Amino acid sequence: MMKSTRLALLAATMLGATGTAMAQDAELTIESWRNDDLTIWQEKLIPAFEAKHPGIKVNFAPSAPTEYNAVLNSKLDAGTAGDLVTCRPFDASLSLYEKGHLTDLKDLENMSNFSDVAKAAWSTDDGSATFCVPMASVIHGFIYNADAFEELGIEPPKTNEEFYAVLDKIKEDGTYIPMAMGAKDQWEAATMGYTNIGPNYWKGEEGRLALIAGEQKLTDEQWVQPLREIAKWAPYLGDGFEAQAYPDSQNLFTLGRAAIFPAGSWEIAIFNEQADFKLGAFPPPVQNAGDECYISDHTDIGIGMNAKTENPEAARTFLNWVGSAEFASLYANSLPGFFSLSNETVEMEDPLAKEFVSWRENCKSTIRPAHQILSRGTPNLWNEMWNVSANVLRGAQTPEDGAKQLQDGLAGWYEPQQ
Amino acid sequence: MSQATKKPRRWHIAVFLAPAVLIYTAIMIIPLFSTLQLALYSEVENSQVFVGLQNFRALFGDPQWSDQFWNALKNNTWFFIVHMIVQNPIGILLAALLSSPRLRMRSFYRTAIFIPTILSFVIAGFAWKLILSPLWGVAPNLLDLVGLKSLFQPWLGKEAYALTTLALISVWQFVGIPMMLIYAALLSIPDELLEAAECDGITGMSQFWKVKLPLILPAIGIISILTFVGNFNAFDLIYATQGALAGPDFSTDILGTFMFRTFFGFQLQLGDPNLGAAIATAMFAIILIGVSIYLFGIQTRLRRYQF
Repeated sequence: MMKSTRLALLAATMLGATGTAMAQDAELTIESWRNDDLTIWQEKLIPAFEAKHPGIKVNFAPSAPTEYNAVLNSKLDAGTAGDLVTCRPFDASLSLYEKGHLTDLKDLENMSNFSDVAKAAWSTDDGSATFCVPMASVIHGFIYNADAFEELGIEPPKTNEEFYAVLDKIKEDGTYIPMAMGAKDQWEAATMGYTNIGPNYWKGEEGRLALIAGEQKLTDEQWVQPLREIAKWAPYLGDGFEAQAYPDSQNLFTLGRAAIFPAGSWEIAIFNEQADFKLGAFPPPVQNAGDECYISDHTDIGIGMNAKTENPEAARTFLNWVGSAEFASLYANSLPGFFSLSNETVEMEDPLAKEFVSWRENCKSTIRPAHQILSRGTPNLWNEMWNVSANVLRGAQTPEDGAKQLQDGLAGWYEPQQ
Repeated sequence: MSQATKKPRRWHIAVFLAPAVLIYTAIMIIPLFSTLQLALYSEVENSQVFVGLQNFRALFGDPQWSDQFWNALKNNTWFFIVHMIVQNPIGILLAALLSSPRLRMRSFYRTAIFIPTILSFVIAGFAWKLILSPLWGVAPNLLDLVGLKSLFQPWLGKEAYALTTLALISVWQFVGIPMMLIYAALLSIPDELLEAAECDGITGMSQFWKVKLPLILPAIGIISILTFVGNFNAFDLIYATQGALAGPDFSTDILGTFMFRTFFGFQLQLGDPNLGAAIATAMFAIILIGVSIYLFGIQTRLRRYQF
């Protein structure tokens, strides 16, 4: 009798203990495509959050960037996705919200720390709901090997003419491959090629919005010219660049074999770590000296809440923290190259990141043209841009044909372009 | 079935069949039929609506989809042809060499040739990607050693070569299977038969062509159909080496990668499970037709020998 009472008591305490432990330790899992950032999340960001919010455990579970959207969509449909979801900008996330996979976060306290432009990437078309907290934008430009530039006595180019003069000079010298870029993974040519140099031709937002409104076509001069420039790059790339993948390009540059890397600012952290030479950066060159410059300052990454999470309170606490000034500064400094979208001024220490962000002062910012609205149909404009840019780079398609393919594909389903 | 001798119900048959039937039904038959069913639906405002054959009309009628489908089918056919004209003859040749009584270290060769087959696609794909890499690969250096550097091309990055290169990688990986099956078939030929052939003066090469080859034809038939099914279901190798966009310019896009891209989506392209299921159904139909042609058109005509 005594024994069984004792046992029952024991069982009750154990159950109680586990019960409270479960209530206290809410576990949050973050879905992300930033597998490069795993250690930074584990060593800096998550400990900083957990120190302030005992009882919430956070687990960062990234997948490969090119597979992320497919993996996430199937996980959400199957109900096995993590509590927090890293959001791609615009339509990819908008469709998740419309399907009820993400919740509206408009009433989140720290949402007021972001401008409307920053929130636009993760809001419905009418702005009535915002479903992801903006985390960061990435800026495109060119990163160069400053030691090599000094050795060859060249200055970072400002105009297009200077740009090719620099490439010619590096090629003539022969010590370095002028530029590290491959055609195999396709997105390099589109992201770091077409949408990197393009804004200077289509005048940033002006061209992008005109395209959405149907006032400009992808076959117009300002949209074809950047493709013509990419076609001119092939002789400056390494041998066999047709089969060169993105990690190959990165290694080619960080090993000091190539002098210029058409880049996105997300490379900064990795390059700082891997390259043992001085790094510099220059914005995409303008056509004529004194022209207004435009940069691709792409709202790239946000974070939202899985509507089916079991810990909505903990998830909201985490998201609110992501919107805070503390996170903005922590994130921007642990991941130089991901520029905070917060209204708070964030002091950055990394010189290369400072260089990138300084372009915002003189140049006008825009985002990648295919991302808002224009990739809603079939064929998908962004995927087409990958393919066409890579084809043009390889010389397998003329810039004019490529532009025509893009325009025909878009006009096939997008009414304002018909 | 006479009533007089009352047969006991043979429960044990059902009991022994049950595990296999249940598992096979749960993981093969039900998913197969739900895929076929999924292909007949479409998502309209977040709910699945029955649309009949509309997905198939889009797949074959809308040039956006049909161009990709025919491109994938054409590439897949070439992928299969390369296997048939390279993998299977080499498999037969290797098996014939292995079964030669004068060969030493037979089990070493057998194991060495079979090992790639047990490797994961991802490993094989990645290893070959590195071997053929114009930057770090050993292929350019090896060609340089024999003075043929000029023959080197970034094969995986050229439309003209990429698919054939991938098919040959797959041949390298799987040549062990036809080799093993034919080797087993060759071993099962009774010695009396070969001795009788020798008495009649048929030896060496002509013995292979006139006696052994007809006896292993059924095995070759089985291998061909396995190759056919395997190739038209292929996906992993292309995905591991070229990614879901199957570059350059979709020249390595086969039905498997096309289905994956459509079903799960890619980058900003959202997944369309219904159209993806329609492609999967088309793949199923292609394989079914191929296997039926073999079963009814070829296998019934193959003469089998009982020893």
